[in-house]
Amino acid sequence: MDLKERRILVSLLCTLVIFVWYSAHIYINYFADNPGLLNDFTFWGKAFLMLIPISVLAQIIIHIIFAIITKITTREDLPSKTDEMDRLIELKTMRVAHWIFISGFVGAMAALALGMQPWVFFVVLTLSGFVASVISEVLSIIYYRRGV
Amino acid sequence: MGSVKISNNIRKLRFFAGEMTQQQLADQTGVTRQTIVAIENGKYFPTLELAFKISRIFNTPLEEVFSYDDGSNQNKPIS
Repeated sequence: MDLKERRILVSLLCTLVIFVWYSAHIYINYFADNPGLLNDFTFWGKAFLMLIPISVLAQIIIHIIFAIITKITTREDLPSKTDEMDRLIELKTMRVAHWIFISGFVGAMAALALGMQPWVFFVVLTLSGFVASVISEVLSIIYYRRGV
Repeated sequence: MGSVKISNNIRKLRFFAGEMTQQQLADQTGVTRQTIVAIENGKYFPTLELAFKISRIFNTPLEEVFSYDDGSNQNKPIS
């Protein structure tokens, strides 16, 4: 497994850990005590907005640690530039991620149209974003390993 | 990718260029070493721009670096 694949794998693990940790944190600290928050739009808005800086910061910190560990163990620098192969893989994986997220968005709208509670909309939307992110990273690894 | 019949002689050309490393070729063409590895292994087919850059570095015609086999003998590399 080369450096690019390892970097994506680290990013994938980071995404998984952050999502699971944040979901558990929100559920245990807020929804478990106060189920009424489930349909509070303001709370969902705050939860989404908080997730963005947390995930960005965690990704940056984990990548710095990964770069340091890689430098110490293999004496190799992480590739700092992206070339045409990277861009092609990014385009292909983004297209798949886009369709997964759009499907989730339609599913979330369908939940509202079917009269389900608003929290279902937010959960479906969040899950579709998470699944799109995970699948795009898994696909990236597959493209780097098997070719594009 | 299996249906595409493009092959290349980059490994051989690197050998004849004084055992040029993949990293050296990557640096000269402006891509990463991983991309050169993928091209050599037939896992990625470069753009025309990169293909021309590679052929110029080896001072070799493009069709001697890359060859396309569609079953006929028309497009085989010139030997």
